[in-house]
Amino acid sequence: MLDLNAVQQQLMAEIANLTDVPAGAYNFRVNSELAGRNTTDNINIVSKEGMPGIDIFIKPNTKNESVHIPVVVSESGIKETVYNDFFIGDNCDVVIVAGCGIDNCGTHDAQHDGIHRFYVGKNAKIKYVEKHYGSGSGEGKRILNPVTEVYMEEGSSMEMEMEQIKGVDSTERKTIAELKADARLVVKERLMTHGEQFATSDYQVSLNGENSTADVVSRSVARDVSRQTFNARITGNAPCSGHTECDSIIMDEGKILAIPSLEANDVDAMLVHEAAIGKIAGDQLIKLMTLGLTEAEAEEQIINGFLR
Amino acid sequence: MLELQHITFNVGEGNDQKTIINDLSLTIENGKFVVITGPNGSGKSTLARIIMGIEKPSSGRILFDGQDVTDMSLTDRAKLGISFALQQPVRFKGIRVHDLLRLASGKELSISDACDYLSEVGLCARDYIDREINSSLSGGELKRIEIATLLARKTKLSVFDEPEAGIDLWSFQNLIRIFENMRREIKDSSIVIISHQERILNIADEIVLISNGQIQKTGSAQDILPELIGTTAAVDACDRLK
Repeated sequence: MLDLNAVQQQLMAEIANLTDVPAGAYNFRVNSELAGRNTTDNINIVSKEGMPGIDIFIKPNTKNESVHIPVVVSESGIKETVYNDFFIGDNCDVVIVAGCGIDNCGTHDAQHDGIHRFYVGKNAKIKYVEKHYGSGSGEGKRILNPVTEVYMEEGSSMEMEMEQIKGVDSTERKTIAELKADARLVVKERLMTHGEQFATSDYQVSLNGENSTADVVSRSVARDVSRQTFNARITGNAPCSGHTECDSIIMDEGKILAIPSLEANDVDAMLVHEAAIGKIAGDQLIKLMTLGLTEAEAEEQIINGFLR
Repeated sequence: MLELQHITFNVGEGNDQKTIINDLSLTIENGKFVVITGPNGSGKSTLARIIMGIEKPSSGRILFDGQDVTDMSLTDRAKLGISFALQQPVRFKGIRVHDLLRLASGKELSISDACDYLSEVGLCARDYIDREINSSLSGGELKRIEIATLLARKTKLSVFDEPEAGIDLWSFQNLIRIFENMRREIKDSSIVIISHQERILNIADEIVLISNGQIQKTGSAQDILPELIGTTAAVDACDRLK
């Protein structure tokens, strides 16, 4: 591993499952500094000039390669906005692992706002995994406001897994996607808030090309006095199909506002939304308790399964 | 051995109070296969839920192997060796068949052991082990998985609430074989089944006929069945009203 202290290593393991430098291309950002970078014949990473962030260039036809770009913030008081742009060539098949971990033991807020833009080439296939995690006992807040923009060319596909399970005090997530013909977007979001946390997640997906499809599915749990807002809009501007689903468990004094919305501007746009919010069903608890689990253990199993 | 002593269960309050179980006493000996039967609304399922600890009786005591478990929680009774198959199995988003069997067995469960339980209930293990217990499973499939969880638990007392409901004809033979295997494999274990099915009643050591929250009769299948068939307990409500 690079020269990281124990806290930073722990964050790295949480957000990217990394206990060592990964194979392939990577760029590690630790406390606003470049902490390690590797490029390959097909994947180049270049620091932006005049602004924080990197450009990632993936050559056309690159297959079975990965890019890791984890960010770790372990100093109280850091506040940064970072711009990362991905230029993905035609016919690529790659995995991109991002994610940010903040450990804040101090009294000042620590904030990382990652602005990610993806330009996905024709027939390229991308899997994007992003995990957010917070730790540390300081009074300073751990704040993450990611913006993700996805521009998809004909026949491309992108699967996004976005997870924020623990420790982030405040998050405002914005995701914008524009799809051309035959492009396919699948989003799987997992979110849990606890304590006094607040999270909003906002999706604006435009299906602009014929046969484009989008499936945006969010599962979330709000515990304690935390609050969440989920706002997903799918716009169909062509013959296309779109589905958005928000499924939430509410506990304690948690509050959730779900606003799925659809806009059809073409008679052949097929759009569906679903939203459900409720507490853990009593019969689910009973079933697991008849197996010998306590009520708290049963709740944990139900939530872990739900957020899987 | 399970002893129910003067169990009464009321619902509602004041003038709206209704007695579901009325001063019912019953002993289930070790190694016995007991079927509790009776018309709809007679209190059979409530009695099963009282045994498991899902419902608390308004009065009366429950003893399990001599220990008073009346005030014991559902979890503690489960740990002590009572298990329960629900009439309507529960669906869970994200929890897989393997997870549920692992939780039921109370230990890390190998895939091959989990597969044995599934095969026992007539499910092709390979197709089911990683399935989520969600709405993609049919009622019959859920019912079989529910029974598999009891096989994995291997407790001294197993209570099944209408295990045959939703199970097709082929599985029915299988179901009876499962009960017989359970009795053989778990020493001194007793099985209590809530059922209306003649074929399940037929294999019982003892049949308990309940009506209006009270035991009307107990006895062997040979004694009770001939009486039961042709009596009001076996006739549906519309016929009784005529």
